[in-house]
Amino acid sequence: MSENKKSKKKSRRSFIHQASGAMGIVAVSAAGWPLVDQMNPSKDVEALATIEVDISGLSEGQSKTVLWRGKPLFIKHRSQNEIDEAKSVNIEELPHPENDDERVKNPKYLVLIGVCTHLGCVPASDKGDFKGWFCPCHGSHYDSSGRIRKGPAPKNLEIPPYTFKDDNTILIG
Amino acid sequence: MESSKKNTKGIINWIDYRLPVVSFLKHSAVDYPTPRNLNYWWNFGSLAGFFLLVQIITGVILSMHYTAHVDHAFDSIEHIMRNVNHGWLIRYIHMNGASFFFIVVYIHIFRGLYYGSYKAPRELLWWLGIIILLLMMATAFMGYVLPWGQMSFWGATVITNLFSAIPLIGDNITQWLWGGYSVDNPTLSRFYTLHFLLPFLIVGVVVLHIVALHTHGSNNPLGIDRKGPQDSIPFHPFYTIKDLFGLSFALTIFFAVVFFAPDFLGHPDNYIPADPLKTPAHIVPEWYFLPFYAILRAIPDKLGGVIAMFSAIFVLFLLPWLDTSKVRSATFRPIYKILFWIFLIDAIILGWVGSKPAEGIYIIISRIATLYYFLHFLILLPLLGKFERNRPLPESIGKPVLAE
Amino acid sequence: MNIFTLSFLILSFIFSLVSADEALKPEQYPFSFSKPLGKIDKNSAQRGLQVYIEVCASCHGLKHVAYRNLEGLGYNKDQINAIASQFELDDFPNDEGEIIKRKAIYSDSFVEPYENHNAAKAANNGAYPPDLSLMVKARKDGANYIRSLLLGYTDAPDGFEIGEGYYNKYMAGNIIAMPQPLYGDDVEYKDGTNASLEQEVNDLVTFLTWTSMPDLEDRRSAGLKVIFFLFVMTILFYLSYRKIWSELKK
Repeated sequence: MSENKKSKKKSRRSFIHQASGAMGIVAVSAAGWPLVDQMNPSKDVEALATIEVDISGLSEGQSKTVLWRGKPLFIKHRSQNEIDEAKSVNIEELPHPENDDERVKNPKYLVLIGVCTHLGCVPASDKGDFKGWFCPCHGSHYDSSGRIRKGPAPKNLEIPPYTFKDDNTILIG
Repeated sequence: MESSKKNTKGIINWIDYRLPVVSFLKHSAVDYPTPRNLNYWWNFGSLAGFFLLVQIITGVILSMHYTAHVDHAFDSIEHIMRNVNHGWLIRYIHMNGASFFFIVVYIHIFRGLYYGSYKAPRELLWWLGIIILLLMMATAFMGYVLPWGQMSFWGATVITNLFSAIPLIGDNITQWLWGGYSVDNPTLSRFYTLHFLLPFLIVGVVVLHIVALHTHGSNNPLGIDRKGPQDSIPFHPFYTIKDLFGLSFALTIFFAVVFFAPDFLGHPDNYIPADPLKTPAHIVPEWYFLPFYAILRAIPDKLGGVIAMFSAIFVLFLLPWLDTSKVRSATFRPIYKILFWIFLIDAIILGWVGSKPAEGIYIIISRIATLYYFLHFLILLPLLGKFERNRPLPESIGKPVLAE
Repeated sequence: MNIFTLSFLILSFIFSLVSADEALKPEQYPFSFSKPLGKIDKNSAQRGLQVYIEVCASCHGLKHVAYRNLEGLGYNKDQINAIASQFELDDFPNDEGEIIKRKAIYSDSFVEPYENHNAAKAANNGAYPPDLSLMVKARKDGANYIRSLLLGYTDAPDGFEIGEGYYNKYMAGNIIAMPQPLYGDDVEYKDGTNASLEQEVNDLVTFLTWTSMPDLEDRRSAGLKVIFFLFVMTILFYLSYRKIWSELKK
């Protein structure tokens, strides 16, 4: 009887300590989240994540660079030649096979994030062996569809999410 | 299960043999023999350490989002409050954390006064504590400048002007502090640097404070030395759990303020951007400076006021020798006990009068209270030790506890 | 256990004594947010936004608030863009270096009414109309104060020298540079509410409370949970503490 009582008392005791410990752990981890989350993009930064670009003044062959989320965006008005060239490539031979059709919404306008997929430098336009872009940092060559053709970069230049608001306005983000 | 436990122990031993962190912690935070009769007033030391940690963590985070420039400082605080994820919470914790740090430290100090914790052999422990208080004051003052509101600006102007009271070189010193001819961008910039730096100095002094504490161990409510092992208990688990309970209780109150009255301890004027052309009607420092502010204003002479204000803190350094009584705890000193409470009330009156405009009856009250402040330390305490007859001291700590 | 409460009470006592204003104390009004767990009345705040835009915004800025923040009052993105597009601001310099005006959008802050501080002063007889983003926090008992002030314009008592300002018994010194801004029926509410003076003022104050403290509702609801949690944790820690110490006495 008294033995039973004793063990009962003991189990209640350890239950309280366990509950206390659990509360303490919950408290510490709950306190941790705001300390981590504060480094995520703040609300003003998130609100700037969408921009509108006016492309009415962009004639054939010209390209335009705008800043989006702190990175350069290339918007290129491609000539028919460049479009044909981009389409004629046999994609089986490419390091990162993608059809030109998958990379554009309107074949006349190519929209790219101007950040080399190797280590984040900005490629120069109308340079390199494939008449697209050339990254000066480690020598990656991109073609007129922004696809990697030669050099250390593993992937094609990234396409940002965008839509044509009307014929002359692109909404990016 | 058994073997994994053995392995863990092996790894710990391997590390400890080369870098004795584990045995150090065991010695100073687990086995550390502590008087068995400490009451809740002894909770405030670890609580102060906790709030220091909170201030450093939230402060480092705020520094990631704050801009120390007169054109951007105020806006960057609002950016933290409105845009940064959980920014309002972190800033409100930092703001109120400063106040709670002071509340806790002031209680800690008054506990030391009541139980004679400054007496031999703990004089240096006491000194290190005063140095921590001074560093805290400097840090808090400079931190209050950073939001660059009206109170920030005019508080900084008034306090830095105190140094112009120094004869001959006073003006040079204020210009040196400002980096210009008034409180301006260079001042803000250096205050930010120092506000970031000083807390780490505080941590350093806190470590020394703890080293000094552990050399002779904690004082206790009876104020008598421990006679043997029966008077002590290991710190863990007895005081770890007691401290955790106290911490949890304090946090409940702290977060009640943070979430439901975050601006209660602040001043509305600091939500107005600093304007060098317009002084607010009433300049009031943060509440924890009010007693010293009252002493400053009680003296009609500029230099005299500054000297009195600094003396009010520096007199604490002399306290171990000004208090001539050999008995530590006020429990056994019937007259000192009364004087302690009068002194506490005096300090509260000084705080209250410091918040009032310096005119009429308030000036008279502040002068009487200031006079008493110094009277207490410089005359009453030295004389009291000579004349007071203390109640008989118990033989040992264990005895009265066991008798209960 | 009472030591914390005690020190807190002492502190509150000190602070209850910290009040020495010569102006009349503001009248206390039961706003939706006045109680500790109260919320911002969104409909009222939306009407207040209308009062701000149609009356106050001609002189007072709201620069710490962005149009996107209006989501907090229940507007959707299209409605917000519609509100923002009523205002114009300087765009970044274009490729030729010229600065052209553009319509404000979702992500912009509220457009300021004047080009700069001096222009604002010059247009208002030398008195700068302060930014209203933080007005409720920047005054003691801010919500009640602003409400009382806007309702507190009266004729000056005989012999009171007003000078260039206007008489207001809630203003420190009783002279205010701003002429009475609201008289009732200054706006026509979209939701059909009768735009009496008091209604307009209450709506505006509700809106300005939200601009000062956009965190108010999150803060209070999170606070309730945190305090409850800590309360339970304190009790558990206390029980643990008693258990551990009861072993010592044996």
